Amino acid sequence: MTILFGKIRIMPRRPGLLSIRLWTLLATGFFLAVSPAWAVRPDQIPNMFVPASTPAHEVYYLALFALTITGAIFVVVESLLIYAVVKYRARKNDPEHEPAQVYGSAQVELAWTVIPVIIVIVLFLTTARIIFAIQDAPEPHAALNVTVVGHQFWWEFRYPKLGIVTANELHIPISSQQHPEPTYLKLLSADVDHSFWVPQLGGKTDLIPNHPNEMWMDPETAGLYYGQCAQFCGVEHAKMLLRVYVDTPRQFAAWVRNQEQPAVDDPSVAAGRHIFETEACANCHTITGTTAHGTYGPDLTHLMSRATIAAGAAANTPENLRVWIKNPDVFKPGAHMPAMQLSDEQINQVVAYLTTLH
Amino acid sequence: MADQTLPIPSSTQIPRAGTAAFMEWLHGWVVTVDHKKLGILYVVYSLFFLVVAGTEALCIRIQLIIPNNHFVTPEVYNELFTMHGTTMVFLVGMPILFGFATYLAPLMVGARDMAFPRLNALSFWLTAFGGILLYFSFIGGFGLYGMGSAPDVGWFAYAPLTAKAFTPGHNTDYWALSLIVMGFGTLGAAINIIATTLSMRCKGMTLFRMPLFVWLMLVTSILTLVTITPLTAAQVMLLIDRYLGGHFFDATAGGAPIIWIHFFWIFGHPEVYVLVLPVFGIASEIIPVFSRKAIFGYSAMVAATVAIMFISLSVWAHHMFTVGMTSVSNAFFALATMVIAVPTGIKIFNWLATMWGGRICFDTPMLFAVAFVFQFVIAGLTGIMLAVAPWDWQLHNSYFVIAHFHYVLVGAIVFNIFAAIYYWHPKVTGRMLDETLGKWHFWLFLIGFHITFDPMHVVGILGMPRSIYTYEANRGWNSLNMVISIGAFIQGIAVLIFVWNLIRSHKHGKIASNDPWDAWTLEWATPSPPPAYNFAVDPVVRSRRPLWDIKHPNDPDWKYEQ
Repeated sequence: MTILFGKIRIMPRRPGLLSIRLWTLLATGFFLAVSPAWAVRPDQIPNMFVPASTPAHEVYYLALFALTITGAIFVVVESLLIYAVVKYRARKNDPEHEPAQVYGSAQVELAWTVIPVIIVIVLFLTTARIIFAIQDAPEPHAALNVTVVGHQFWWEFRYPKLGIVTANELHIPISSQQHPEPTYLKLLSADVDHSFWVPQLGGKTDLIPNHPNEMWMDPETAGLYYGQCAQFCGVEHAKMLLRVYVDTPRQFAAWVRNQEQPAVDDPSVAAGRHIFETEACANCHTITGTTAHGTYGPDLTHLMSRATIAAGAAANTPENLRVWIKNPDVFKPGAHMPAMQLSDEQINQVVAYLTTLH
Repeated sequence: MADQTLPIPSSTQIPRAGTAAFMEWLHGWVVTVDHKKLGILYVVYSLFFLVVAGTEALCIRIQLIIPNNHFVTPEVYNELFTMHGTTMVFLVGMPILFGFATYLAPLMVGARDMAFPRLNALSFWLTAFGGILLYFSFIGGFGLYGMGSAPDVGWFAYAPLTAKAFTPGHNTDYWALSLIVMGFGTLGAAINIIATTLSMRCKGMTLFRMPLFVWLMLVTSILTLVTITPLTAAQVMLLIDRYLGGHFFDATAGGAPIIWIHFFWIFGHPEVYVLVLPVFGIASEIIPVFSRKAIFGYSAMVAATVAIMFISLSVWAHHMFTVGMTSVSNAFFALATMVIAVPTGIKIFNWLATMWGGRICFDTPMLFAVAFVFQFVIAGLTGIMLAVAPWDWQLHNSYFVIAHFHYVLVGAIVFNIFAAIYYWHPKVTGRMLDETLGKWHFWLFLIGFHITFDPMHVVGILGMPRSIYTYEANRGWNSLNMVISIGAFIQGIAVLIFVWNLIRSHKHGKIASNDPWDAWTLEWATPSPPPAYNFAVDPVVRSRRPLWDIKHPNDPDWKYEQ
């Protein structure tokens, strides 16, 4: 089996052996059948058994291997239990007698000690191989670096080589066989513990203050992948959602070009910009090319390039922006964004300004 | 022999009327140092909080029954799951198991009381006041702001979320202080059990003739002494950080939040074994009696227990595969965790071998014990899956983990707690619990348990993280969550039947004989309920099953035991 003897490479994967394929099919079929997964678009389910990147694939095959072993143990032990319960149950017309008393047997004890030891050794060696392969994979030269900073309750993404800062929606390129370009994440926290988890792209890694972590992924299919914070981080932990857009090289280049531009400066919405710069907005948010340099909240320079606001709690529409500025509790009670106490006219002007920030 | 009474005047013999009688009765319970009364207090206290924390779980499940539900606010939801976890571990699991031991250990080793009766009382009341302190946070928690609120930082309370900056007010202080207070209670109980088993055994009761339940409690108590200490240390550090300007966990001043995670799980993982070893003991008493056979491989069971104790001290970081340890550390803790499956497997096989060739009677205690074995196999296997560190990177903090540890805590521990109550209730109260209600309780609880916790594995694999007060409607988690919530309510109904059974049998239960199950350990040699002095004459034993020897004088155990 590849899982035991194969060698991990970041790119590409050899198609698995037939047995692994079969298991994949069976397991996926099982989990899709017992879940309502088929009822919604499949890419919205962050199913760890539909992997889309090398670490996720390796974990998936390892999981199937572990499931096979534990499944076999399950069948054997539970069958013995059920057999004993049925066969040796007291029957009504049994004569009242005590069965033969057996106190133990050294040979039998030895057997059911040694066999599990062998199973543990096999499982451990397989596990260790995957641990080292994923965790200690050397970072290739072409890798894209992204620094992820966890905040209560949103994600900050910084691309140090590209000078881009964005929030909540991570864009990374596809990593193909011809052009391997894995993404290496550096994980930091600005406040409490968080955890970065997009199941289809790989396991989770925690963001812990004063304890920088790393993880990598090399997605092979373009599309939108869902995840969310997986370490309880306070009131709105549930709404610290995470979107990863895996872009084709052309899409990614276009996205980078747009993000590298300074903020759009449209004179027709100068009133909104003035309010943004002079009211409390500027204390927490940054918009490049303005006097707003706050870093407590998400960077809004290219706000309209994102599909959601409030870390995925609401769609990014002018109406939702209005509600969010007026009363954030509607979408996310407990978020650190305050109700801005602006007049409706001011809010309309600010929203008009924000909606120009493509 | 045991039916003789000594001419000691007792307050119950003096008739009193009305309030005076009630005060007398109450006073008797408050000042008691009798291990049996204290054992009952422990169990009643824990059952009360079992219902409380169960209700909290039901509120959680109502909130999650549909996506974007507004049954409770996020703040209340976070309090609910924090209090549910803390209560179930510290106010239900530990006190009820130490309560069983407080009641049974002296009887089982043929002693008249625990080694330190007053320490015994102190331990119970510390535990009780710790629990009351924790629940007082609902009134006093938030402090000066005029309204109370319970702790809301999760039951493992990861720093720095517990820092003053992130949780102002006093609810986290109630959490920390009550755990320290309960910790001292637990330490006292553990010391007492160790002293009792080591020094109070009756004539002929060598260590290797002790009932397995007593062995398991001895090992549990030693483990408790080791594990409560880091928890208390962590709580003290937390309070120093919060009030005395310490920086243990304050990253802004060079502290390391990861230290808390280590301290908590150095306590927290062995804690799982503190909870599960006693129920191994309960199963090891019940399965032989209802299979009508001696326990298979007694010494292997003891050896496996001691092995589990030692190995369990070296597996804590399997809760930390995602915090960014080195690959070597990850591999070490994966191995240590997998190794613990070996002694655990030995235990399961020994229970199977005990049933093998027996004549199994399915009274309610045995039903719960057999379901325990069935479910514990699954819990162990999902535990092995979680020990596969790379897979744990996916499964950690997902509902798969919730499913796994509820399989242990409910499927193994609560099932055995019920088994123990059905089994020893006649001894403790002198009345049998109703078998028909017991069977209803068992089957409803079994069905509810599986409807609740089996789908949780799947929803975890579909990416649902724990501790979230609501979830997106388009993630494919909706119907599974609805099923889980329905299952929770079926369990709730089953527990109501159980409570009704307890109340009903108090007045109307069938009178129990001294030995209703035809069992073999010393507690069944006393009247039901046992008198204050337990044994009128100190018993003398020659084997692990003294009552078997009396019942089968031609075929006694001591001729055959290895």
